Amino acid sequence: MDEILLEYLPILIFLGIAIVIAGICVGASYVVAQQRPDVAKTSAYECGFDAFDDARRQFDVRFYLVAILFIIFDLEIAFLFPWAISLGDIGLYGFWSMMVFLGVLTIGFIYEWRKGALEWE
Amino acid sequence: MIIQGLTFYMFAFIAIAAGVMVVSAKNPVHSVLFLILAFFNSAGLFVLMGAEFLAMLLVVVYVGAVAVLFMFVVMMLDINFVELRQGFLKYLPVGAVAGLVLVVELIVVVGGWHLSPEALKTAASPIPENVTNTHALGAIIYTDYIFLFQAAGMVLLIAMIGAIVLTHRKRSGVKKQRIADQLARKPEDTLEIIDVESGRGI
Repeated sequence: MDEILLEYLPILIFLGIAIVIAGICVGASYVVAQQRPDVAKTSAYECGFDAFDDARRQFDVRFYLVAILFIIFDLEIAFLFPWAISLGDIGLYGFWSMMVFLGVLTIGFIYEWRKGALEWE
Repeated sequence: MIIQGLTFYMFAFIAIAAGVMVVSAKNPVHSVLFLILAFFNSAGLFVLMGAEFLAMLLVVVYVGAVAVLFMFVVMMLDINFVELRQGFLKYLPVGAVAGLVLVVELIVVVGGWHLSPEALKTAASPIPENVTNTHALGAIIYTDYIFLFQAAGMVLLIAMIGAIVLTHRKRSGVKKQRIADQLARKPEDTLEIIDVESGRGI
């Protein structure tokens, strides 16, 4: 087996253990516990009175804005990892290349701050 | 070697099964959850190929961010789950054509490798020996491919501005705290001290 895959073997073993334990936890509650469901027990509980409406309602578009801004900065961080590792080899040119990239995204960051896109109101 | 093979078949099988479930699940929210499972298993396949950096990126970016975005999009749309299923047969031919094109392209790429193994040597950046692939990527992205890298920055900037322009609305009737205004307030502006003689009103 490759050396690189040998390093990942513990993760695979942990994955297996996690799946087994999770399966036991879910499966045992079906096998061991007694279950006597009725309408009152299985209905949604909302502070004692009947539920107002379905839980699957429309979300505000602001959640989408937060998620997409998160993705953009997530990708920015993803670009930083190889840069940080190989900074010794690529020299000043690579350093300033990344600084320009970060500068462009900082312009976007200032824009969204001034626009108030980060505020929830 | 046997573990490697078994792991490959496990990841590949679960990835394909999850992919089938994405299109066939009744509830779009379940579709997104199966999509996350497919991403995870693809990350496992990347690790098996030795592409560690891509695998981690798949987990961080796709599982961590894109799947959440899909979830919000699904929640945001006012979807009638029953109506959604009705177009399935109508769109089947179009989807089948798109899938067929993808399969043909994959066959051309993989078949090309098999027919002429020396074609790989003409790649712009040959795979370097004895370095991790994160290091290998870092050595060329920021210098050799600087224009593409800066273009990626521009694309991200445009995406940021576009998302704000499209979805950001000023809401009326919201009481907001303006800290600068609060701090700029002086006692003289708002407070008046009046000497009132005893026994008289103002």
